[in-house]
Amino acid sequence: MKIKSLVISAATVALASTAYIGLSVAFDDDSHDWGDYQVEDRRSGYTYRSAETRALQDDEFENPGMVGVDHGAELWNIAEGSEGKACADCHGDASESMAKVGATYPKFNAASSKPINVEQRINLCRVENMGAEPFKYESGEMLNMTAFVKNQSLGEPVNVVIDGEMAPFFEKGKEFYYERRGQLDMACSHCHEDNEGNMIRADHLSQGQINGFPTYRFKWQKLGSVHRRFRGCNKNIRATPYKYGSDEYVNLELYLTWRGRGLPIETPAVRN
Amino acid sequence: MTEKLQLVVSNRRHFILGATAAATLLSLPKLGFAEDNGWKAAMEGLVGSSEADANRVSIELPEIAENGNTVPFSVAVESPMTDEDHVKAVHVFATGNPRPDIGSFMFTPANGVADASSRMRLGRTQDIVAVAEMSNGQVFMATQTVKVTIGGCGG
Amino acid sequence: MAKVKPRVKVPKKASVGDVVTIKTLISHKMETGLRKDKETGELIPRDIISAFEAKFNGATVFSMNLHAGISANPFVSFPMKVTEAGEFEFIWNADGEKTYSKKAKLKVA
Repeated sequence: MKIKSLVISAATVALASTAYIGLSVAFDDDSHDWGDYQVEDRRSGYTYRSAETRALQDDEFENPGMVGVDHGAELWNIAEGSEGKACADCHGDASESMAKVGATYPKFNAASSKPINVEQRINLCRVENMGAEPFKYESGEMLNMTAFVKNQSLGEPVNVVIDGEMAPFFEKGKEFYYERRGQLDMACSHCHEDNEGNMIRADHLSQGQINGFPTYRFKWQKLGSVHRRFRGCNKNIRATPYKYGSDEYVNLELYLTWRGRGLPIETPAVRN
Repeated sequence: MTEKLQLVVSNRRHFILGATAAATLLSLPKLGFAEDNGWKAAMEGLVGSSEADANRVSIELPEIAENGNTVPFSVAVESPMTDEDHVKAVHVFATGNPRPDIGSFMFTPANGVADASSRMRLGRTQDIVAVAEMSNGQVFMATQTVKVTIGGCGG
Repeated sequence: MAKVKPRVKVPKKASVGDVVTIKTLISHKMETGLRKDKETGELIPRDIISAFEAKFNGATVFSMNLHAGISANPFVSFPMKVTEAGEFEFIWNADGEKTYSKKAKLKVA
């Protein structure tokens, strides 16, 4: 434990150079009944946020991420590419065809013999079925379409397959989670497992659950993908981030999705 | 709940690297609430004075804002909102931002009551001032402190 | 979200005499004009929604002047005392003389 807290305080000092630092009143609320936002010992990032932030997420209108979902709903009906097809031409009403779908990704893709996430599924459809250009990974279109698709599973418990052909990728994701990296020599687990609930700088460390992505972060002032979040975490520990959509991050996404099994899809979640 | 001291390091201190950051922390706390970043002049420009009675107008903010980029707030003024007696405007100023102006809400009797909400950006812990302009020329003001933690790891 | 999209929420039905809450939100980055481009060091020009106006049956019922201190994707909500059925028109003015608008009907029960 001593070594761990040393690492964390070293990280805190290093991080101070690039951002604001603060000590604030922690809202330790372990006794709170979080309803669907907690399953056994697994707690959504929602439960670590202030009442004001949670209220912004809860209100379908006031949630700033919903503008992106609206845009995704428009894109769903726009025909593009050499086939002249829109998503709706094959999938019809997304509220039926996409219900629960977002809660089951990443999923195994036979053609590439590896798991793919929702973003990659959307681009496969665009390229193979629509004859359209793929969306750029972190583009507004991609984020908004992904948010729209995942929002159709709002409240649906996360349930991802990890056995069979998915097993080796799940294992790789797990290895990544516990592997030390970067100049600070830290693994995901050091913050999000060992120090979950503690403060790092002015922030309350969460379990790093990913059931709300794409998420609207106040820090970003827009929606962002879970791979953007991974890149941010990796940069914070002074590690070279992997590329958006890289195998490493898809495997990590698979493992983290499993860590949040049973938590509800919250897309678009609102976080700080 | 006891209030703890809050230390805020400005982004401009970018050049200070990790090793000196801890020392910087100790030398920094500068908690000036009675400061003037130009909000008094801005208020005077809009309502003719930088002073007013603390009455009838209120501003609601979270006690602690999790992130200064999006701080929800609402203003309210006690008024019958009739043609003869109503609130014309509520101006909101941030006394510790690089620029003081946040926004002005302009009401009419058609609103029925005088309240409105929006979201503001705050660079740090500071006082927020709301100034109500009534149809008969009266001016009232309210102030509220909000603590801003610049949280959120990860770029 | 480079695309600027307004959203409004008006109650579908209300009774005469009710005070209802109108909510509006528009996707906009609200670039302050105070930030510098990380690569070039140049100031990024200000680009904000600077004014919002709500009309009901042609008459202005509420308006707002917005500054760079308003958060990205500006949210504004305000009350309205219902006197008759009609149509709202919401207008946002942005830097560069850009205008966005949206309409919504209010039915009276």
